[in-house]
Order: sequence, then structure tokens, then C-alpha cells
Amino acid sequence: MTAYEKVLMARRKERPGIKEYIELLFDDFIELKGDQLGKEDGSILGGIAYFHSIPVTVIGHRKGKTTEENIACNFGMSSPEGYRKALRLMKQAEKFNRPIITFVDTPGAYPGVEAESNGQSIAIATAIAKMSALKTPIISIITGEGSSGGALAIAVADRVWMMENSIYTILSPEGFASILWKDAKMASRAAQMMKITAHDLKDMGLIDEILPEGKRAMTVLEERLDQELTLLMKIKPRTLVQKRYEKYRYIEGDYRPYKE
Amino acid sequence: MISEVLDKRKQRMERLKKIRSRTKVHCQISCPECKTEIHKAELRRIGEICPGCGYYYPMTPVERIRFLEDEKTFREMWKDLVSFDPLSFEGYGEKLKQLQEKTKHKDAVVCGIMKMEEIPVAVAVMDSRFMMGSMGTVVGEKICLLTEYAKRKKYPLLIFSASGGARMQEGLFSLMQMAKTAAAIEQFQKAGGFYLSVLTHPTTGGVSASFAALGDIVLAEPGALIGFAGPRVIEQTIGETLPEGFQRAEFLEEHGMVDKVVKREEMKSIITTLLKIHRKE
Repeated sequence: MTAYEKVLMARRKERPGIKEYIELLFDDFIELKGDQLGKEDGSILGGIAYFHSIPVTVIGHRKGKTTEENIACNFGMSSPEGYRKALRLMKQAEKFNRPIITFVDTPGAYPGVEAESNGQSIAIATAIAKMSALKTPIISIITGEGSSGGALAIAVADRVWMMENSIYTILSPEGFASILWKDAKMASRAAQMMKITAHDLKDMGLIDEILPEGKRAMTVLEERLDQELTLLMKIKPRTLVQKRYEKYRYIEGDYRPYKE
Repeated sequence: MISEVLDKRKQRMERLKKIRSRTKVHCQISCPECKTEIHKAELRRIGEICPGCGYYYPMTPVERIRFLEDEKTFREMWKDLVSFDPLSFEGYGEKLKQLQEKTKHKDAVVCGIMKMEEIPVAVAVMDSRFMMGSMGTVVGEKICLLTEYAKRKKYPLLIFSASGGARMQEGLFSLMQMAKTAAAIEQFQKAGGFYLSVLTHPTTGGVSASFAALGDIVLAEPGALIGFAGPRVIEQTIGETLPEGFQRAEFLEEHGMVDKVVKREEMKSIITTLLKIHRKE
């Protein structure tokens, strides 16, 4: 499969969305809405649930399946209110020592007039900064499209996993091609050069693990979540934060900048 | 005999005249807005502001630092860091080489330590001439090194941003720099450090949505374009032309997204005051 075919796979409507993941992996999910600053953003779904017998906070992008849902969720493109809601729920999780599990699937943060006026940059920056220091375990799973700062805003985690046909990228291959060659039709070539597939990113050490899709997907995911949550919950909060800091601080691994 | 001497003298005078006129053309710069001509040295002295219309010439990091520091107190750090070119991206290596020669810097940010009215400050200035000031691994690493240094030394941190966003040629490595720099700033601030962020033209994308937005105090230069998405992308998405002044520093101030728009003429004195107020003895 070429990189661009993976992009198309990652965007398929038939892929499981946040609702399916919640239904199949968690019990007693209760949705919690709003940023408590004046708005509810449907493009991010959040709430609390049980994973096996552990209370957890679940947050994820929601794209919707039908056209009506798509519009209600703005196709998974969040506004500042969405990121502020996500952060509010994460802080709540920290207070009650609940691990956080996030599901990432977004074409990017919403590029709109209102989103900009309401501080898109600040909302994303704050979410990223605060997540880096949250004293509770965080696992992020890229399930479809993980695109730009809009993805990262809920994906600064102790473990970052990717479904095998998902992508994680700085911007869409179409956007990349139109900036670099002024031609969005070169997206296929761009996708190849950008190294955005789960396998490329795992090879470069930017993500921790690739999860299989298909029939076994949910079973494997459930098993891995169980193992890693058990492990992460044993680590002292201070150590956890320190390790998360170091993970991102030295994320380039062998590709670090060097002295000429 | 006399005529020979006079001749030579005349020739010499003409040569000199030629050189002078060439130098004059070379040192004279004309404003892109109002065409007012001014000598480069004079322009530098008054902070790269057009005396005719108030237009702000883009400032290189060195010019910016010279304008702010107590004379000759700036010491550059980590200046030899270069990108690994992690994706082995076609043409990227050559482009870096060209820009390194042109700007005399290795990447899009200059970091170091300087004094302002005797107060030591950890300072970073981004360079919009270097691939639009985009943030790749080198910019991210240097901002982190500086932030960690400021934390250890208990110095205030001052960052002038100017960036089109994350550097595409380094792919997801660039996106990760947002997490890396934001995490460093978070630790710095939690330890009680004072971070003053100044947004200059333009500050967009991954830089505006990471360390640049996180200042304890955020200042902006008048007219600077500041936002997450670029205006062209927004226009394409909503299919409308944008209102005038949208995403400019004044617009952000009006919407409560920056603390204060500060004229370049007043920048030095405001920064100095803020540094004094946050000084720890």
C-alpha cells in the first residue's frame, strides 16, 4: 500500500470512530460537555467511564458518520472551546487520579474567523503545555487522521499508539503539496515524502507502538490498554511527569540536531 | 609637469566621486510603503522604523539584540547546532546551506544571554528570513536549551517570535517541537520563572500555538500578523474575504488574546520595566 492509499484508508467513513471505541472498550460512559466559558464544541467528545474496573477519563475527536452528524461535529475540526473542554476534563481527571485515554482523529484545528478570534493558538498551546505536566497517566491512540496541532492538543501522552492504517502528520498531504508545489494534486507524492504512516513513524521512534486493525483490533487494544494502564498507574506521579518530559525533550533520538 | 599632477588629481577625484556615489546608493534604503529614503546606519539607530510613515522594517536577530542590550553584553549560545535533516528531504539540505551562507546563522533562531539595565536575560530572537522562521528540530532544541538554562540560572526568559509555523521539511519531528518547547516552558513557569513573549510579524502556525502563546505576559508589535491558521487557508475554508485588520496585533488585543500592543519605539523601555518588576533578589 502506498502512503497516499493509507491516507485515504485513514479517512474512510467506515472506520471505527470514538463512539465505537467507547462502546466496545468501556462501561458506564457518561459524557461531560462544555468548556464552562460559554460554549460546547461537538467535535470533541469527552467523559468518564470504567475501563475494566478502573475509572478513566476518555476524550476524543468526533467526526460523525452521517452528513448531519458531520456538520454537528464540524467534521472533527475543533475550535478553541473544544480544546478548552478537553483540558478541563483532563484537569478533573488529574484531581481524581484517573488515567486519561484519548482517541485522535482530526483533519486539523478549525481554520475559521471565530476560532481565530477566540484564541485557537492559545487554546492549543495551553492544552499541550498542561498535558505535558499532568500528574496522571495518559495514553493516546491515533485512530484515523492525526493532523497538525489540532491532533497534538490531545495527544501529549506517556504512550502514543497508532492503528496500523492511521496517519500522523504536520499537515494534510494536500496542504503540503499546495504549499510546496502550488498543486494539491501532488498529494500522493507529498504523502510519500512526509513519512506519515504508522510504520515510518515507529521506525523513526516518534510513536511507541502500532496496533493491528481488523477482527482482532478491539481485543488487542483492550489487552494493551489493560497492561499499560496497570504499569503506568504504579509509577509515582512525579516520576511519570519527569519521564513524559524526557520523552518529548529527546524525542528526536538519533535524529537530534548536532554541532557542526 | 603641473598639468600632469593636476590631471592625476582630477582622475583621483573622479574615482573617489564614483565610489562615494556607489556607497551612497548602497547605504540608502527606501521604504516599501512610502518610499522615504534613509541611510541604513540611521535606520538602525532609530530601530528600523521608517521616519516617513512609521513602517517597521523586519529586524534581523542581531539588529533586534543590538537595539535592546546593554552595549556588548550579548553572548550567543548553541550557535553551531544544525538539523539532521531527519526525513532526508529532497532539496532541504541544499536550501539550508544557502540560507546559512546568506544569513550567517545555522537556523531560524538566535539564542543567548544579554543584559538590559544590568539585568541578565535569556533571550531568543527568531529570524523570518530563514525559511519563514519555521520551527524544526534546531529551533525546538535551542528554545528548550535556553528555557532550561534560564530555569537553572533563575534568569527571566525573553523570546521574540517571527515564524510561519512548523517546518514542513522535517515532518512530524517539527510537530513534536511544539510539545517539546511547550513542556519546557511549563516547567520553567512552574519553577517561578518569568517568561515574556513578544510576537512580531508574522507569528503563525505551530509557533503561535506553542511557546509563543505561553508567555506570562505576551506583547505584540503593531500590525504583526498573528494567528494559528494563515489568512489564505481561512479564506479558502469559509469562501469569503476576511475583514480588514483580521489577525493583526490590534485585532488580537481587542479580542483579549495579547496583553499589549507595544510600538517598537517603546519596546525597550517596557521590557526593561517588566524585567525590573519581576526581578528576584
